[in-house]
Amino acid sequence: MTSTDSTAREVVSRDRVVIRFAGDSGDGMQLTGDRFTSETASFGNDLSTLPNFPAEIRAPAGTLPGVSSFQLHFANYDILTPGDRPDVLVAMNPAALKANVADLPAGGILIVNTDEFTKRNLTKVGYDGSPLDDGSLERYTVHEVAMATLTRGALEQTGLSKKDAERAKNMFALGLLSWMYHRPTEGTERFLREKFAKRPDLAEANVLAFKAGHAYGETTESFTVTYEVAPAPLPPGTYRQVTGNTALAYGIVAAGQVTGLPVFLGSYPITPASDILHELSKHKAFGVTTFQAEDEIAGVGAALGAAFGGALGVTTTSGPGISLKSETIGLAVALELPLLVIDVQRGGPSTGLPTKTEQADLLQAMFGRNGEAPLPIIAPRSPADCFSTAIEAARMAVTYRTPVLVLSDGSLANGSEPWRVPDASALPRVDPLFATEPNSPDGAEFWPYLRDDDTLARPWAVPGTPGLEHRIGGLEKADGRGSISYDPDNHDRMTRLRAGKIDGIAVPDVEVDDPTGDATVLVLGWGSTYGPIGAGARRVRNLGHKIATAHLRHLNPLPANLGEVLRRYEQVLLPEMNLGQLALLLRAEYLVDVQSYTKVAGLPFRAEELQNVFLDHLARNSATGVNA
Amino acid sequence: MTALHNGSALGIDLGLPSIGGLHGVPTTDAKQTARDYTSDQEVRWCPGCGDYAVLAAVRSFLPTLGIRRENTVFVSGIGCSSRFPYYLNTYGMHSIHGRAPAIATGLSVSRPDLSVWVVTGDGDALSIGGNHLIHALRRNVNLKILLFNNRIYGLTKGQYSPTSEEGKVTKSTPLGSVDHPFNPISLALGAEATFVGRALDSDRKGLTAVLQAAAEHRGTALVEIFQDCPIFNDGSFDVLRKGDEAASRVIPLTHGEPIRFGPAGDDGLGTYAVVQEGFGLRVAKADEIDSPGQIVVHDAADHELAFALSRLSDQDLTHTVTGIFRNVERATYDDATRAQVQQARDTAEARGGADLQALLNGRDTWTVVG
Repeated sequence: MTSTDSTAREVVSRDRVVIRFAGDSGDGMQLTGDRFTSETASFGNDLSTLPNFPAEIRAPAGTLPGVSSFQLHFANYDILTPGDRPDVLVAMNPAALKANVADLPAGGILIVNTDEFTKRNLTKVGYDGSPLDDGSLERYTVHEVAMATLTRGALEQTGLSKKDAERAKNMFALGLLSWMYHRPTEGTERFLREKFAKRPDLAEANVLAFKAGHAYGETTESFTVTYEVAPAPLPPGTYRQVTGNTALAYGIVAAGQVTGLPVFLGSYPITPASDILHELSKHKAFGVTTFQAEDEIAGVGAALGAAFGGALGVTTTSGPGISLKSETIGLAVALELPLLVIDVQRGGPSTGLPTKTEQADLLQAMFGRNGEAPLPIIAPRSPADCFSTAIEAARMAVTYRTPVLVLSDGSLANGSEPWRVPDASALPRVDPLFATEPNSPDGAEFWPYLRDDDTLARPWAVPGTPGLEHRIGGLEKADGRGSISYDPDNHDRMTRLRAGKIDGIAVPDVEVDDPTGDATVLVLGWGSTYGPIGAGARRVRNLGHKIATAHLRHLNPLPANLGEVLRRYEQVLLPEMNLGQLALLLRAEYLVDVQSYTKVAGLPFRAEELQNVFLDHLARNSATGVNA
Repeated sequence: MTALHNGSALGIDLGLPSIGGLHGVPTTDAKQTARDYTSDQEVRWCPGCGDYAVLAAVRSFLPTLGIRRENTVFVSGIGCSSRFPYYLNTYGMHSIHGRAPAIATGLSVSRPDLSVWVVTGDGDALSIGGNHLIHALRRNVNLKILLFNNRIYGLTKGQYSPTSEEGKVTKSTPLGSVDHPFNPISLALGAEATFVGRALDSDRKGLTAVLQAAAEHRGTALVEIFQDCPIFNDGSFDVLRKGDEAASRVIPLTHGEPIRFGPAGDDGLGTYAVVQEGFGLRVAKADEIDSPGQIVVHDAADHELAFALSRLSDQDLTHTVTGIFRNVERATYDDATRAQVQQARDTAEARGGADLQALLNGRDTWTVVG
C-alpha cells in the first residue's frame, strides 16, 4: 500500500520495521535508540528493543570492540522480540558498518555517516578500500550522508566548537530517521531541553541538529520513500515504555507500598544490575533506603539485617555477585526471614560477558548454597513483566518468611517494551503479620520457630516488640522453640520442614498455548526466551504446522500440573541460553525426555533461528512416524 | 537517664550539636537487673574463658543504660565470642563469619530506635570480616563493636590469628607463624573510627567505663577487649593483670589528664609517664623528666595523639594502653541516610504524599482506547 505525502514522495505502509543504530561507544547510540523508542512508544506502536554495547566504557575510538548498537523493532501488531535482522542499519563509522552489515538482509536500507570513512578509520578496522566505493554494498539501498559536516553546518551560528558541534550528529541521525518513519518529534525536543537544562547552549545545539536531520530528509532528494507503521491495536489502557530494570525497581517500590514495609536495598554496583540501585535511590519519598555497600556480601548482609528489623530487605546483583552472596542467602534460609534477591543474569563464568545476556545461573539459584537450602525462584518473561515479578517475589518472601530469588537477565534489564501501567490502587495488599504476642503452647514464651499450619512460615517478631526477645542464627534450631539444637532427629525434621515450606508455596498452574489442541511437540521456555519462542512458534503456525508452547515463571517450586503437561506431548523441546540447566532439572524431576536447544552467545535467540529449530523437530517427528 | 543520652561524659566539646548514642531508643523507668538480661541458654564456653568475665560485665552494665531491653540487639559473627547473643535476653542474631558489621549496619540504618551491638573476635573482625569492619568505622554507623581479642582461633581449635604475635607456634604453624599482626587500635584509627577504646576482660571497672562511653557515643564505637583463651593461648595477657609488673605495663588513659602510670611514686601518681618525642611518644620515668609540661595530657579528640598512643602498645605487651583513645563527634551514616529519606518524604508530603501511580505513569504515556 502506498500513497504520497505533501512533497509528492511515496509513503509506504509497513506492518513492522527493525532499525539498528550502530556507532562508536562515544557516539551516543544508546541515547539515540532510547529516543527513537520513546517517539515510537508515544505513537502507539508495539515495540521491543535490544541494546548491545561493550563492557568497556570507551574502547579505543573507531575500533570494532568499541561498537555500540541499539536495535528497535516496532509494529502495528503485538510483537514478541527485538527482531532478528534490521531493515535499516544506521552506521556512524566504518567499525559500526563492519560489525553489523552482515546482519542486514539484501535490499535493506543502509545509512552511513560518510565523514568517518577516512582512510585512517577504514584501515583501523581492516578495510583495504572504502566499502562505499568497491561495490560490496550493492545489495543494499545505501544513503551516504555526511552527518558530521551537516551537523556542523547547522550549528554554525551557535558558536560551539567544531568538536562540540559534531557530537550532536547522533541527534541529526535521529532527526533523519524520525522523518523517514513519521515519528512524533515534540517528545525528543522536550527531552533534550530537560536533559541539558543546565547547558541551554547544548540543549539548543542538540535540538538544532535533530531538526536539521529531519529537514535534511525532507529536502534532499536522495530519500524517495518514507514509511508509515500504524499504531498497534493493544488492549485498552494507559501505556508507557519501560525497561526491565526500571520495571523491577518500580515493582520493589510498589512492593513496599502494598506490604506497608519500608524498603531497604543493600547493593554493590555491578553491570547490568546497577540501574536498579540508581532508580531506587531516586525514590526515597516512598520510604526506600538505598545502601551502596562496600561489597556484594555487605549488600545482602545489610538487607538481611534490615529484614530482621522489619524492613523489606532487597539486594540486587549479577554474575559473580550472586556467588559472593551465597553464604548470606544460606543464612537467610536458616533464619527464615523475608529477603528479595534480584539476579540480573549475564554471561559467565567469572567476569564473563558483563554486558551480554545468559540464563546460566539457574542451577546456582537452585543449589548454590551449602547444605539443603531451598528457596523459591521466579523469572520474569519480558521487560514489563519484571514489575509484577518483583511484587510477587516480595509477597512470597513476606508470606513464607523466605529469601526469594528473581532471575532476570541482561536482555530484559536493558530491553524495553510498552507497558500497560497497572492501577496502583488495585494492587493486592500483603499483611506482614508481625508477631506481637508470646506463642508457646503454654502462652508464656515466644518460640521463633513455631510454624503456621498452612504456610509452615515462622513468626516474624521484630526488635522493639516487648516480651518477644529471641535469638536466631545460622546454627540449627530446635523445631518450635528455636534454641540451638544438635539433635540428629531435629536436624532431619528441620531440613524437611524447610524443604516442605518451599515445596508447598502456592504457584499457579502452567498454561499451555496449543491453538489446535492436538500438537505433538511442546516448546517450553523460561525467563526472557518467552519472546523468541512465541515469535518462532507464530512463524511455524503461519506455515501451517501445529506446535504447542508453555512458559515457566516459577522455577521453584514448579507448577503442580507441569509433569502432566510434559507427559502429554510426544516431544518436549526446551530452548535455553545455557547448556541445558532447566532441562536437567525437569529430566530429574519428571523422568521426561526433555530435548534441549541451547545457545550461549550473549544475545537472545532469534525468531528465525527458533523457527528453524522447531521445523526440524516437527520434521523429525513426522519422519519417525509420529503425526506432525 | 537523660544525662547519658546527650553524651559527653568525657567533656569534649567540639562545638557540634550533640546527641548521644542512645538518642531515639525508648527508655524505661522500670528497674532492670543483670538477671533480666540473662537468657535461659546454658553458657557453653570453656572453663576459665575470658568471655565469661565480659558477659558478666555486659549483663551488669546493660541495665544501667535505662533503655528498654526489647530495643537492644546483639549481632555477632562466627567464633567463640560470637555465641555471646545467645546468652543475653535481648534480640540477637548469631550470623556468619565476619559479616556482623554489615548486617548490623542494615539494622541500625533502618531502626533508629534500637541500640545495636556487634560482638566479634580477632579472626572474625580482622581476618574474614576486615572489609566490613573498616567500612563500618569509616561510615560511622551508630554501632557498638566489641572486638574480643584473644590472639588465637579458638573455635577451630588453635590456629594463629591476624593478631597473633610473629613466630607463634600453632597447629597450622608448627615452625612459627611468619605473619605480621594487626594492631587493631591503629587499624581502627586509620579507618577513621570516631570512638576507639580498649579494656582487659578481667578489669570490670575499666571495661564498664569504656562500654559506658561507647554506648553514649553516637557513631561506631570500637572496643577492643583483651581476652584470655585458656585452652589455646593460656595466660596470654597475664602480665597485664596483677601487681607492679602489670602496673608498669598498663597505661590507662583519662581524657584531660597527664598520662602517668605504674606503681605510685612520691607524688602519689604513677612512676612512669608518656612524653612527646619527635613525632611520636615514648615512656619515661616521671622523676627523670625535666618539667611536668613534657608529660602528654590525653586528649581523646586528638587523632594524631590517639594513633601515637596506639603505637606505644607492643605485641609483646611491654606497654599496653587502655581506656579511650579517641572519642569525637562526626555525622553518622545512619542519621544522615534517614535524614535524606525523611526530607524526601516531607517534600512529597507537602505535595500531597508520594504518588505511586504518578511514579508508574512516568512522564510519557499514551492511551489506547478500546
